[in-house]
Amino acid sequence: MQELKALSEERAPKWLIGLTAIAFMAVAGAQVFGFITSPAAEQYQHSQKIMYVHVPAAWNAFLAFIVVFWASLVYLWKRSEGADLLAESAAEVGAVFTGLTLLLGSIWGKWAWGVWWTWDPRLTSTAVLFIIFVGYLALRSFTEDPERRATWSAGVGIFGALNVPIVYMSVRWWRTLHQVQSSPETMSAEYVTALRVNGIAFLLLLVAVLGWRYRAARIQRRAEALHEEAILEGRQVHV
Amino acid sequence: MSFRSETNRVAAVAWKDLTTERRSKANFNAVLFLAALMLLMFGFALGPDAASLRLAAAGIVWLTIMFSGNLAFHRSYQVELEGGALETLLLYPGARSSIFLGKLIANLVFVLLVLMALIPIAIVLYDIPVGPSIPLLFLVIFLGTFGFVTLGTFYASMASRSRAREVLLPLLLFPMLIPVLLASVEATGALLQGDPMGEAGRWIRLLVSFDVIFLGASILAFGAVIEE
Repeated sequence: MQELKALSEERAPKWLIGLTAIAFMAVAGAQVFGFITSPAAEQYQHSQKIMYVHVPAAWNAFLAFIVVFWASLVYLWKRSEGADLLAESAAEVGAVFTGLTLLLGSIWGKWAWGVWWTWDPRLTSTAVLFIIFVGYLALRSFTEDPERRATWSAGVGIFGALNVPIVYMSVRWWRTLHQVQSSPETMSAEYVTALRVNGIAFLLLLVAVLGWRYRAARIQRRAEALHEEAILEGRQVHV
Repeated sequence: MSFRSETNRVAAVAWKDLTTERRSKANFNAVLFLAALMLLMFGFALGPDAASLRLAAAGIVWLTIMFSGNLAFHRSYQVELEGGALETLLLYPGARSSIFLGKLIANLVFVLLVLMALIPIAIVLYDIPVGPSIPLLFLVIFLGTFGFVTLGTFYASMASRSRAREVLLPLLLFPMLIPVLLASVEATGALLQGDPMGEAGRWIRLLVSFDVIFLGASILAFGAVIEE
């Protein structure tokens, strides 16, 4: 078990630590920038500031989902362990970001529209994206064999990604045919810069968190392999 | 492998699954009974106002068949897993996708038969007026069921072999079925009212696209997913 101990004490690479520090500072700076530069919106007042977390989180969640899709394809094609671990990491981070998007959107919606939830196409498809992620992660945690887990979740990841545009389209048709209010999409230029700055800051955060999660997945996989080796050799195993 | 021998394989797998089912019948009766029971329970939950029940009927019938059909997909692999026969089936030469297509056909027949028994019950219970567009209604029922069964057969091939399979299948399957549910319910509802807005056509097109995309994707992915 010497090896396992060494594994857990292994230092994180310098670039990851550096990137994480930069990402946290960037997010903090971008938030402050947003608060300073944007005036209170007429209708929504300062509740508009929620947008600076809500929208970047949504963008990056979508990006994470694209990573899952791409890594799943690479896995099925090349059968590389790295692609599987990347898909796992991106799915978990993406689920957190999607959850954050939904939560903040709901809080803002209650303030601005007076309801926690409306069946708007974007809201509904984000929720569907979230439950697809959750199903994906559930499948992973319920499957022990690493290769089987990798192949199955790659299939589920690809199917989920294929479905996203279809879900969006179907919900949009469903809504327009029912003639219900849609969410306001107008935004003046003074908010756009702050939003973009936050978008970039959150992208850095996404990459940093993904890096950490990927590293953790690597260590976990290595530990699993060592565990299996030890059992095969008939050594004592402490879990 | 020639096309002809593959179609023979598809037919053989479908025939085997259907024969197993026909000889026991236990599953069919259980699923049908559960579905009929759900129709009744929905009536209690939403009724007794006849007009509002009639309005909700299309949604209720589709939800009922999706929830109860869920049980059918497990059986599709369960019998083989218990007998240790799946490995043997995989050892036979030929494309893996033939096994998938065979199971898909067996499940499709199973669910359509449940539906054929269920729909008259729904018509009676909810007083559904059957309009003039019966052929189109059958088309919608077929297309919706096809999409649902395709993904169900595909996901059950994984879920049936994992821990916690009872929970996992709906968890994976239902989010994917949202477009099918929307399109089927909207098209059925519109057709029952004689399609005054002419909206059924676009939902039918959506169902066709969904079915084609996921049938293709399942055939491509099944070979990778089924092997150990």
